[in-house]
Order: sequence, then structure tokens, then C-alpha cells
Amino acid sequence: MSIKLEPTQEQIKEQKLYAQMGMSDEEFALVESILGRTPNWTETGLFSVMWSEHCSYKNSKPVLRKFPTEGPRVLQGPGEGAGIVDIGDNQAVVFKMESHNHPSAIEPYQGAATGVGGIIRDVFSMGARPIAMLNSLRFGELETPRVKYLFEEVVAGIAGYGNCIGIPTVGGEIQFDDCYEGNPLVNAMCVGLIDHKDIQKGIASGVGNPVMYVGAKTGRDGIHGATFASEELSESSEEKRPAVQVGDPFMEKLLLEACLELVKFDSLVGIQDMGAAGLTSSSAEMASKAGYGIEMNLDLVPQRETGMTAYEMMLSESQERMLIVVKKGYEAEIVTLFEKYDLDAVTIGHVTDDKMLRLIHNGEVVANVPADALAEEAPVYHKPSAVPAYYNEFQAMENVEPSVANYKETLTALLKQSTIASKEWVYDQYDYQVRTSTVVAPGSDAAVVRVRGTNKGLAMTTDCNSRYIYLDPEVGGKIAVAEAARNIVCSGGKPLAITDCLNFGNPEKPEIFWQIEKSADGIAAACLALESPVIGGNVSLYNERSGVAVYPTPTIGMVGLVEDLAHVTTQQVKAAGDYIYLIGESKTEFGGSELQKMQNEGRIFGQAPVIDLAIEAARQDALLKAIQQGLVASAHDVAEGGVAVALAEKTFGTKFGVEVILEGSAVTALFSESQSRFLVTVNADNAHAFEATVKDARKIGVVSADATLSVRGEDCSTLIEGSVAEFQDAWKGAIPCLVNSEA
Amino acid sequence: MKFAVIVFPGSNCDLDMYHAIKDELGEEADYVWHDTKDLSSYDGILLPGGFSYGDYLRCGAIARSSNVMTEVVKAAGAGKPVLGICNGFQILTEAGLLPGALLRNKNLKFMCRTVELKVANNNTQFTNQYAKDEIIKVPIAHGEGNYYCDEDTLQTLKDNNQIIFTYAGENPNGSLEDIAGIVNERGNVLGMMPHPERAVSELIGGADGLALFKSIVKQWRESHVNQA
Repeated sequence: MSIKLEPTQEQIKEQKLYAQMGMSDEEFALVESILGRTPNWTETGLFSVMWSEHCSYKNSKPVLRKFPTEGPRVLQGPGEGAGIVDIGDNQAVVFKMESHNHPSAIEPYQGAATGVGGIIRDVFSMGARPIAMLNSLRFGELETPRVKYLFEEVVAGIAGYGNCIGIPTVGGEIQFDDCYEGNPLVNAMCVGLIDHKDIQKGIASGVGNPVMYVGAKTGRDGIHGATFASEELSESSEEKRPAVQVGDPFMEKLLLEACLELVKFDSLVGIQDMGAAGLTSSSAEMASKAGYGIEMNLDLVPQRETGMTAYEMMLSESQERMLIVVKKGYEAEIVTLFEKYDLDAVTIGHVTDDKMLRLIHNGEVVANVPADALAEEAPVYHKPSAVPAYYNEFQAMENVEPSVANYKETLTALLKQSTIASKEWVYDQYDYQVRTSTVVAPGSDAAVVRVRGTNKGLAMTTDCNSRYIYLDPEVGGKIAVAEAARNIVCSGGKPLAITDCLNFGNPEKPEIFWQIEKSADGIAAACLALESPVIGGNVSLYNERSGVAVYPTPTIGMVGLVEDLAHVTTQQVKAAGDYIYLIGESKTEFGGSELQKMQNEGRIFGQAPVIDLAIEAARQDALLKAIQQGLVASAHDVAEGGVAVALAEKTFGTKFGVEVILEGSAVTALFSESQSRFLVTVNADNAHAFEATVKDARKIGVVSADATLSVRGEDCSTLIEGSVAEFQDAWKGAIPCLVNSEA
Repeated sequence: MKFAVIVFPGSNCDLDMYHAIKDELGEEADYVWHDTKDLSSYDGILLPGGFSYGDYLRCGAIARSSNVMTEVVKAAGAGKPVLGICNGFQILTEAGLLPGALLRNKNLKFMCRTVELKVANNNTQFTNQYAKDEIIKVPIAHGEGNYYCDEDTLQTLKDNNQIIFTYAGENPNGSLEDIAGIVNERGNVLGMMPHPERAVSELIGGADGLALFKSIVKQWRESHVNQA
């Protein structure tokens, strides 16, 4: 048998070959002291990938500890494939969000597709049926051919995978800013449903129990993907294309159905996705979590290429694979189950009691390392943190109201901004209806998916205004969680918990690490105030291209419980004559606003809008109460572009218009992005009861029958007057126009 | 009335079809795995949407060779109602039970939206509960729904009133003569790209598709009363 020549232990050490795998001198020395010898090539690979930021969170662990992770409904917090929250009736919701930024920057279709595939596996490896997908995307401005290509291919990749496997993509958000031009962000979230009794864990226990490999065969794709994800992008990143995996959604559909049958078997001990770091992470983590060891014979691993080395097999990130442990003697029933789906199910090893991960290849032991050392004992770094100069400069700026010459033209221009414009061009490509449970489809504040067989629903959203976070990470972090919760509440749901994707630049730069720390402080505070713990997520650092970092973007994915489907509320106005209420005050706050960005060629500066979490929580409680009492016809949070944009959005897709009078300075009343505000409509008969429930709501106008948007100032002067159709055309046409234009 | 919901490994609208029949129509339905060799106990055959075998090749090209398709052909020959939706339509054309083919959408992208359909022929066992030329709202969700056939076939379809549904508004996918659904000459095999099983309840956006299933049941009941 031919064996590829691999570097010797001496060469690895003397030529510092471990550095190519992203390992530092200190880390290599630590591995030597753990093993009491120099690791061989395969072992060096195992440590380098397991100790990468992507797998070990070595740079972010101290920050993640800030998050509240417990609550009365939390059944599973961070640490497993996905978090789990009780929704009553012995059912629970399982969800997680994960990034696939670096692969998508290099190979956008497959990068995005496998991001979707990976997060789906995280959810069904818990034993849950995936019922919905969401995503959160960031791109540069849609002006260059490269950005358009990335945008179109990422959307196509998400669609290609999700549509084929048959899980509806029901929601998401997209923001466009120059800082993402070289390093787009692709975060995918999966939501699943589970009966409590079916909850699984990734553990390998019981000495002698077989370790089985199920699913697709292993190839040479994605080797060192996790390591690649833990370094900055550069001109040479194109060479890392082989580190991007290739997805096969049909294979995953087979694996999904087989695994959901598998979780009903009493013989199943543990199951874990072979995600980042593939066979290495799944085996080491399953053994370490259970306090056991695993011995595997790599000759038995199903392979689709010939001559693969142990190193290649262990570091491959081929998709659509799972590692399972079953009770000894029950292998045959597992094989039969997977045969139904034409999938491999092969015993490749067994559980041991020596806590070692031991690998045999061609009759030789090719690796023998403590499982805990791989899974748990990566060094933890407390990176230095420093306040960036820009922050002090921005904080010293006064809040100034921008000058606006023509309110109507400005509103139209705002509606055409790619971040605000209709995303129909995108979600038209996603099957958002399959499984026929989508009660609120894309295009409202949050999506709502019914829980079949009950009268309940799950509201879900992703959110993160990274501009505020860049200006002030702590305040912006609070806003990100609060805005997600506003979306849930406006849809008739009570926030349950969040998952997060912490996308930042290089943490070795003190100013970046400061952004990470501060935004985590803000997120943690908002989670406590809004009673919505963090049940899982992921960290994506080194989001930089040629030294320029993205805006700090800790994306929030939130799920809420709609206790009765009768509470489901959407943003669109419902009937002429309904009263329009504004909840919350509009202040002179334009730092990071869409208007500021538009007027300053994409630049943002100054202070982020302030947020008072106590007020936020009280308003959300009051509004949800009013919705649950059936007093609210429509509800929408006020976000990018301020009240003017929110009012316009409320009329889009309806045959109605609005007539409102706004008090105070016109520019602020129309376009400020002050926080904790909502626009709701209420049937006149319910007005009294509504006002009694939501004390800080002020009536500002009525829904009209004539499909005209009419906004007047307090002196009754016309600020904006135009047909809903003309605003809607601008809003709907912007993205198709940008995508199709020649750059 | 008892329906078979045929399940290929990559079917993903089987659940929707099953629940439409059981929960909204109130009839019986079973999931039937693609290796089944006997469909004789079923009164109607439903081929749901999805990606039967991944559809990396032409949609439905592999599914047509599965065991169950031999039985579907038999059932069609016996005059049982056979309904193929989306991928099911594609499979029916691949299997030769319906003429023509489904090409990639004109814009080369998958599209999911609710469209207006015209009931071009209400004199069939699938549409007797609709009015002639009635406009109904039904969702579409496909990447390859652009119906195509040669001129002779088109003329035959027209002569025999085999065109059952057409797109009433903008033609979303470029299909010939706005065709959204056709039947075979005998009238007992219907293929359509839109998803009536997704339009069976106001909760999920509309119930205009329910009458299609009610039509099948009505015809079946009547023919069985007549036979008795």
C-alpha cells in the first residue's frame, strides 16, 4: 500500500510546520507537554484544528461567559449542537445560528449552501425536526460586479440547499455597507421542533459500545476549513478554495429522515454532526463530554477518494455525515435503517475507558492523544483591549439634525436604499411555504410558523444593526437584542431566547477586542432585561480583508412563542378608519442612521441612538398585552429610515393609505432612528382600551381608503404627500434595478 | 376515498399533501414509499412536489424508473385519478403519462410566490367544483416550471381541452401559452406546477386549492354510486 510521505516529528518541530496550520510556538510547546513527546503530523493536525478559534473559542470564551444562559424554559444551553427551549405540551423549540463567512467570500454558492446544511444538521442531531430557516447577510454596496456576484450566488446557494431539502426559509435580513465588500457575512439559522423525550446529546459512553459512521462518504474537501475560518482573508485567500466544502442537499434530506427515525431507537447512545473539523471534533467532543475515550480504525471510514491519509480523513469537512454511538449488539438494526435510505452506516470504532482518542490506519496507531486535551484544554487567551480613537471622537460629537430640502424626495430615496428596499427579489427565490405551516411569510417584522396539532405558533427573526454597534458597541449590542424582540412582539409573540453569531474582525487587535467585549456587555444586559437568555451560537472572528475589519456584527436570532394563533399580527394596515398610534418619542438621533449614511456617501459618525432597557421592556410588555387582548390591528417597529419609512412600509401591499400629523421638528419626526418606538393601528372601537393598556401611545392619524401617504406637520403644512404606489414602486424596484444594472 | 401519497427519497411536499387530504379534506391518505409494488388498494394517486432524487439530472428523470411508477402507470390505465404537483408533474411528463416537458424558468431562478390561475376547463374530475374561467390564487415554488411541447402536441391539447389551468396574471416562468396544468386525453391524469395543497386553509394564506381535491372526491363518489 502506498503511503504519502508526511513530515517527520523532527521536521514539524524544527521547520515549525505547525505554523502553517495556524498554531503558535507556545501552543505547540503546550501540546508537547500534554503528550510528553512531539506530536506526529496527524496529531499536529488534530490539535491545530481543535484549537482553532472556530472550534475552541480560545479568544472569545472570556467574553461568552458574560451571557446569561439560563432561564425557567431553557432545557439545553450552549455546548451542544443547538439550544433547546420548552414551549409547553412536552414540546420544545431547538435553534441555532452559525456563520459561513469565509467560505462564502471565496466560493459564495457552496459557502452559503453548506452553511445552511451545517446548521440544519446541528438541529436534527439533537433529535429535532427542522421546521424553518432564517438568515442574516451582509454585503458591500451593490455597485461592483464582484459584490453583485457574491450577493446573487449566496442567495442562490441558500435557496438551492433549503428548497431541495424542503425546509422553508421564512425570514432574514440583509444590510449593505462598504465594510463588507471584501468579507461578506453569511449567517444561517435553523429552527426545529422536538418532543422532550426525543432530545439527544453528542456523547460517547459505555465501554465497548460501537462508534458508527453514517451518511455521505469522506473526500478531500474542506480540509482545514475550521483553520481557514480562523484567519484573515487576503489576496491569497483564493488559494483556500479547496478548504470550502461542497454540499449535497439530497444526501442531507436522506440523512435527516434516517436520523429522525434513528432517534426513536432505544439503542442510540449519542449522535453528533461531523461539522467543522469533521471526524476529529465529533469523536473528540463526544468522548470528552461523556468522560470516555474512542478508538477508531480509519481503514473502515467510507471514502470516496483513494489513498486518503489519516490526516486527510480526520481533517476533511465533507458534508452530510454524522457520528453515532449505539449499544453494543444493536449495529444490525442501525445498518438496516440506513440501508432504506441508501446510506452508509459502518462501525469504525468503539468506546474505551482510557479517555484517549486513538486512531489506527493500515494497522498502525497513527494518533493517540487525550480527548479532553483536544476538546477542552485549548489555551484561553485574555486579549488586550483598547478604546479605538474613533469612538472617543464620535462620543464628543453633538447630536445635530441633518438638513433636508424635500421630505418626499428624501423618503423616496431612503426607500431605495438597498438596506431598506424590498427584499422580495431575494425571498422570491426561497421556498418559504413548504411544510404548509408558514402563517406569516417574509415581508413582515417576524415570520410566524404554526406548531401543527396545536393552536400555537413560533415567531422568529434575525436582527443586527451593525452601524450602531460600530458607533457604540455596548449601546448597539443592546439595540440588536431589543430590535429582535420588538419584531417578535409586533408579530404577537413573547421572546423566548436568542442565538447569536458574533462576527468581528481580528481579535488580536485591541480595538477589535474592545468591540467584542463591549457589544457582549450590551447583549447580555438586554437579554437580562428582556428575559431572553442566550442558548447557543457561534463566533466568527478575523472577518477582515487586507487588514480592514467589518463593522462589529453580533447577529441576533430570536424565537418567540405565540400562545394563540389568534394573536398573530402583521405590519400592514388592515382597514380604513383605524387609528394610527406612535409609541415612543422621536429625538434628534441620527448617528448611524440610514439618512446620515445616505447624505454622507456611506459614512456614519456620531453617537448611536440611546436606549433605556427598562422603558423598552415596559413598552414591549404593554404592546404584547394589547395584542393578546385583540386590540391591535397591525404593528411595526420603527427602525432604519425612521417613522416615515415605517409608515410607508405599513401601507405596502395593501389598498390603503395613511393620514398623519407629526409633532416637533419635521426632520426628526420623519427620519430620526430613536429607539423603542412602534407604529400600530387600532380599530376605533378598541381605541379606549388600547390607550389604557399602552400608556405612552399617541394617536397620530388614521388609515385612509385612498392609498395616499399623507404626512403633515403640527402646523398642518404638508410634509409628504404621494400615492402609495409611487413609493412602493421605488421600494420594490431598487434591488432588481441594482442587480441588473451594468456596473 | 383513500389516497396514496407517493414518497420518493427527496419528496418534500408529501407532508403537505398528506395533511391537506387528512386535515382539510377529511379523507384517508397513506404515505407510500417509492419501492412499493402494489397500489391496488388506493382510489387516487398523488405525486407530491420536491426533489425526488435530488434532481441533479433532469427533474423526475430518475424517479420515473422507480418501482412505484410501474404501478402509477397501471393505476392511470385503470382510470384512477392521478395528480402530480410540481415535481410530480415533472415525473408524469418523464414517465410519458403527460405530453411535453418542464424547462428551467425563463429567468433561470427558483421562484416562490402566490399567483393567479384561470380554470380553463372546469369539466374535469379535478375541476368540477370551480366555475369556468374562475380566477384562483395558488402558490408556485419551482425552478423548472416552464412548460414546453411541440406545435402538434399543443394543438392536440387545445383540441381536446386538455389545458386545465393557465397563469392569469404575468406568466411567471415562460411556459407555453401560459400553461400551468394539463390533463391526459382520458382526463384522469393531471399535472400542474402550482401547489393546490398549499392553498387549503386561510391560516396559511388561502384555501382556493381545496376545491380541486373536493372535485376528485365528488367525481369518485358519483362514479361509485353509479356503479353500485
